[in-house]
Formats: sequence, structure tokens, C-alpha cells
Amino acid sequence: MMEPEKPIVGNNLPDLAPKFDPRGTALSIENVSHSYGARRALDDVSFTVAPASFTALLGLNGAGKSTLFSLVTRLFVIQAGRISIFGQDIGLAPGEALRLLGVVFQPRTLDLDLSVAQNLLYHAALHGIDRREARLRAAEVLARIGLADRADSKVRDLSGGQMRRLEIARALLHRPRLLLLDEATVGLDVNARAHILSHVRRLVTEQGIGVLWATHLLDEIVPSDDLVVLHQGRVLAHGQVARIIADTGAQDINSSFMCLTEAAAELGSLSR
Amino acid sequence: MTSANIKDQPAGFSFAQYVTCLNGIVWREGLRFLHQRERFVSALVRPLVWLFIFAAGFRQVLGISIIPPYETYILYEVYIAPGLMAMIQLFNGMQSSLSMVYDREMGNMRTLLVSPLPRWYLLFCKLFAGTAVSLLQVYAFLLIAWFWDIEPPTIGYLTVLPALVLSGLMLGALGMLISSGIRQLENFAGVMNFVIFPMFFASSALYPLWRVKEGSPMLYYVCLFNPFTHAVELIRFALYGRMNWVSLAVVGGCTAVFMIGAVFAYDPSRGLSRRGPAGGET
Repeated sequence: MMEPEKPIVGNNLPDLAPKFDPRGTALSIENVSHSYGARRALDDVSFTVAPASFTALLGLNGAGKSTLFSLVTRLFVIQAGRISIFGQDIGLAPGEALRLLGVVFQPRTLDLDLSVAQNLLYHAALHGIDRREARLRAAEVLARIGLADRADSKVRDLSGGQMRRLEIARALLHRPRLLLLDEATVGLDVNARAHILSHVRRLVTEQGIGVLWATHLLDEIVPSDDLVVLHQGRVLAHGQVARIIADTGAQDINSSFMCLTEAAAELGSLSR
Repeated sequence: MTSANIKDQPAGFSFAQYVTCLNGIVWREGLRFLHQRERFVSALVRPLVWLFIFAAGFRQVLGISIIPPYETYILYEVYIAPGLMAMIQLFNGMQSSLSMVYDREMGNMRTLLVSPLPRWYLLFCKLFAGTAVSLLQVYAFLLIAWFWDIEPPTIGYLTVLPALVLSGLMLGALGMLISSGIRQLENFAGVMNFVIFPMFFASSALYPLWRVKEGSPMLYYVCLFNPFTHAVELIRFALYGRMNWVSLAVVGGCTAVFMIGAVFAYDPSRGLSRRGPAGGET
């Protein structure tokens, strides 16, 4: 159980992750393809995520976002291509790569019957963080997401927004430098969505964490973000949002996205 | 660039971190088990039905002569108790291993598998945690059985522990291997019919092998080569403070083989690949 400790704000505890080059690429995806039997879910996907940047991975349902996440997290074996996190190849050095990575999956992955604190302590143990240190860190992250008084509540009793914030806090417990979020705001109300999004954006600016934010909601993207447009397993565009809008000659991201996907559909019908 | 920097750092994990990870996984599995009362009750009711009803009914039909490790004539209930202990572990091993591959535990498996520790170690921890849960079930069974006059020597409760750990690991690893390898066994009913029942009945759990040999020499050899027979005998001997070396060798060897096989065969995309990742995402 959590002791009622004074929450520690800041980052003054030793970090388990090995040193890394903060200027290096946070996430590098090179020529990655993946198939489920005959169905091709990803086709020669390449892009990068810079440290301390917010990169939106935009795609409709079925674009291949979750498959990509499964590959980056080593859940699936990489069939073709290369993925590395701060230079650590996920295929060759998965341990070193994964300790730099935090991830929030689209389906909820919390233990509903366990308490908030128990969920965090379990995650910490999975990263080899001992009990004492884990308690400190749990208190710290819970204070940051405003759930310090809910440490002993069952996760089942939290709201959807609180669960998501808890999942993000859990993903940050081992102090990763790259955070992956897969449709993190799905099923949340407008307020909770805005809250989560601003929280994640603050992680980028205040803690220098590189974020890859997968979404199908265009209103979650701002012009200064980096953007990867994924459509039917292919990258249609990659770069700063403002530049992509300019390149497609569109007024806003909405029409830019329509323009890109329609062009891809035409190309698809031509090649057939 | 980055790789040069990182090579200067101690890569990998310390022994203490491995232990922390194992403790955490066992702790969580224990907590979850305590929350699932129905699972606990059904895990106990099953062997108790065999003990209270089946054994009572068969007491007069099957005579048991004095065979090691027993030193006197024993009641049939006493004979089948070790078999029922192994049965608890068999069900538990199959259930927890299948859930690792197919069912709603997928979300929790994701949490587990994004741990930076080696995957083989994470799977071992998971198997070990499942075994720990089976130990709780077995000792609860032994407690109730004690009131039913199944009273092994006190030291037996201690000496049986390592045997139970080994047999629990073997059965859990077997469950994982089966669920990774065979496509059709998607539900528990299939596993019951094709794995659990044959393994349980073609073993020394319910009748001593010398009696089987009298009835059917063919079945005798099937029983003899059934690893479950050796799990039962290992537990039976250990419960009376004795060692059955042959069974130890068989169970130990099978544990190693099943575990290596399970780690190689375990593919987290299984149970997903037919329809893409869980929940219809792609």
C-alpha cells in the first residue's frame, strides 16, 4: 500500500535508463513492411520522431497505426525493415530500446481489480525498479496527474479520463525518453480529451520527451506539430503540419488530408 | 553517434532487478487470484468432488495393496489425493497458459511484454507465478483433505513443496506449448477433451500402474510414458518424505523441454493475427 508521502515534484531521482544522445533521433522507422497473411498492413513505412517533439500519426481506422505500435513495442516480430529508439535497434537490442520507451495502448491495459498504486508498483517491478524507489515514483507521478488521493482506490472506480491519465503516468514511471500513445483520447468526453492532450504536450515542452501520438481526429493536431499521414499502410506525407498544408495547396489540415487520401485512392485505382 | 554513447554504459539488468521483476509478477498474480473468488472455489470444488464422491464410491471396488511410498494398507482416498493435487495443477496450468495466448489477458500481456527484460525471462516469471497460485490451491485442498482423514506425515507438507513447484512449472509450460502449437484448440472444452482428460485418466492418479498392467499392458505403457504419471508419483513420494528419482528425472527433463519449446513457440501476435490486433484495431 502507498504510504502517505509528501509528493516529490521534479526529476531528482536516479534514472535507470542508460545515457543516450539527446540530439539523436528518438524513433526511427526505416522501410518497415508487415503483412497478416495475404493482407498487407504496412507497406515500406519510413519516418522519424525527433526528441522533445510532438509527432502526430494521423490515419483512419485500419491505416496500420496499431500494427506499427505493435512492431515498435516488440510485440510483433519485424518482418521487413528496421526500427530503432535513440539508436538502439528494437530487433537487436530490445531491452536497451524498450527501457527508453513508454507506451499507452489503445485498449485499456490496467488491472481493474487492483488499486491505482498496485498497478503502478507492478509496472515498476516489470522495469526492475525496487519497491522503495517505486513507491517514491508512484507518489510523484500521481501528484502530477492529480490522483494522489486516489492511490488506494480500485482502478474500476476511476473515470475514463482518470484511467487514461493513470496509464500515461504509468508509462512514464521508468522515465522513458520516447512516449507512444495509440488513440489515447478515444471514448473520452471533450474536457477529458483536452486535458489529456495538454498534459502530453506539456511533457514535450517541460521534460523534453519525444511523443508519437496516433490519432484519427484532425482537431487534435496544431500547425507546429510534426505529422505523419498513414493511409492503408503507406506514408502519404511526413513533415511539419504547416508545410504539409502548404505543399498540398490546401486551406487547413482537414482539406489537406482529404486531398492526400484522394490522390492515393486515384493512384491505387490507376495501378490496378 | 548514439550507440557509441550507450556502449559506455552498463547495459542489461542486475540480478536484483531480475528478482524485483519476478517478485512483482508473482505478487500481482497472487492479488488477482485473491480477487477472483469463483476461480478459487471452482479450483477447490473439482478435486473435492473426486475425493468426497468418486473415491467414496470406489473405495470398495478397488483394493490397494501396499506399494511404496505407503507402508501400510491405505484407503482409496489416501491413494488418489496426490493425483488430485496434480490435477489441480493440471487445470491451473492449462487455464493460465491458455489465457496468456487467447483471451482478455491480452491487455495485461502487453504490459508484461513491453518490459525491457528478456522475453524468455518474462514468460518464465509468468509460469512461475501461475505455479505459485496453484500452490495456494493445492495447500487449501490439503487442508480440507486433512479433515477427511488424509493425513500425510507433517514433514510431508514441506517436502512436497519443491515437487509441486516442479510439476506446476512442467504443466504450465506444457499448456503454453500446446496453446502456441495447435490451432484448433481455441477453447477450454477442447483442451479438456484432448489434453486434460487423457492425461489424467492415462496416469497413476486414480489407480496404481500394476493394476493397469493387469488390465491392459498397452495402456500401462501409455501411462508409463505420460509425464503426468511422473508428476503424480513425484508428488506422492514427496508427500511421504520420499524421493522418486525416475519421476524427478522425467519431470525435470520435461519441464526443461516444454519450457524451452514454449519460449520459442510463444508468439504474442497469435490469437490476433486472424483478425488483426485486438479490438479490431489495425
